[in-house]
Amino acid sequence: MAMRYSDAASALDGVLFDGMTVMAGGFGMAGSPEKLLAALVASGVTGLTLIANSCGTETTGVGPLIANGQVKKLIASYVGGNAQFEKLYHGGRIDLELSPQGTLAERIRAGGAGIPAFYTPTGVGTVVAEGKPVAEFDGRTYLRETWLKADLALIRAHRGDTAGNLVFRKTARNFNPPMATAGACTIAEVEELVEPGALDVEMIHTPGIYVDRIFQGENYSTVVEIRTVRNR
Amino acid sequence: MAWSRDQMAARAARELRHGDHVTLGIGIPTLVANHIPAGLHVILQSENGMLGVGPFPFAGEEDADLINASKQTVSQLAHSSYFSSADSFAMIRGGHIDMAILGAMEVSSSGDIASWSVPGGTIKGMGGAMDLVAGAKKLIAVMEHVAKDGRPRLLDQCRLPLTGSGCVSLVITDLGVFSVGKEMRLVESAPGVSIEELRAKTEAIFLTQENSGPSSPIGRSP
Repeated sequence: MAMRYSDAASALDGVLFDGMTVMAGGFGMAGSPEKLLAALVASGVTGLTLIANSCGTETTGVGPLIANGQVKKLIASYVGGNAQFEKLYHGGRIDLELSPQGTLAERIRAGGAGIPAFYTPTGVGTVVAEGKPVAEFDGRTYLRETWLKADLALIRAHRGDTAGNLVFRKTARNFNPPMATAGACTIAEVEELVEPGALDVEMIHTPGIYVDRIFQGENYSTVVEIRTVRNR
Repeated sequence: MAWSRDQMAARAARELRHGDHVTLGIGIPTLVANHIPAGLHVILQSENGMLGVGPFPFAGEEDADLINASKQTVSQLAHSSYFSSADSFAMIRGGHIDMAILGAMEVSSSGDIASWSVPGGTIKGMGGAMDLVAGAKKLIAVMEHVAKDGRPRLLDQCRLPLTGSGCVSLVITDLGVFSVGKEMRLVESAPGVSIEELRAKTEAIFLTQENSGPSSPIGRSP
């Protein structure tokens, strides 16, 4: 049963420590746990190893946490489009581990599923394979990747109930479900928090067992990052 | 005359088969969606967790929760579905995507592709490109035939860091279409582009075939 909190700051109370590993869901701004990330910036916790799909921009996603100097190491698949990150990286002030996006997702899934390592064809023959064991299966070469787990996973869902069951919306789902399984402590912020029974139990995306703390965020931005439209 | 970006995209679209599940990369490959022939049902996959990607929404119907892998707003279709990043790459890596059409910086005659990193340049990361090249059943690379400084991009061996090894089967440039793998072979050249011009602008040795050349019927590659 998830513990219910009133806001991001209270939900983070007692779980933060310097040098911890944190995962944050989201692809671009879609599904980004923006209230929890803002509270993490405000907390001043530092020396973080941060696992996220990308470095965000200067003002969105995990970008402000990086810009604030709280991240020691970033594990991500994409770090383009953020001059602030680039500056810190070239200044030697942040370590970077690039992981192909599918490998990153599977490493997180493996972390939550109790699988310490797996073989994948992704990255064979590239710099990603350097230093990693390889093996042949059915005549094809695969390389070994290891799991990722975190002390804290920050999740954003569309709706959730006080039992911790979560429902995501459209492409805001992305990294949130696997990350919810891979945190020693998983905190979910939801756009709407309801009582058990209000969600269709056949349509739960993340079962409540994975969620330790939950709260309803207020005033979510509906700003679109890259607006592309067609004419009627 | 060299093909335009749209003509390259249209040529790539001719490789699609009815019912294909297809992932399109950033740049010219994105334009392929505009050239899918009427009546040909193709299901577009977006690596951030969507099958059945629809066109850009009508103005006023944008949804911040409905984006493609380039973070552009898109729309939902009747057959669309959503899933997590782990599921998305399971379907990519697991060989369920019939075709990926991606941009490239270099392609070798053995089908190696370099598309994600320039040493000394801005660090960006590979995103999902390495998973796509390793997992798609058929990989088509679309790129300008030569770099801005005129250097060939169809090479014996890639010089830039690889995205994947031996995974490209067809390359579409502004000057022609080449199959790669065991050897590089000219499938078709753009109108008015001579074999001599192609040889001059291509580092890799390529074979020609009887029916290749400007007068050849424009069709699907073998």
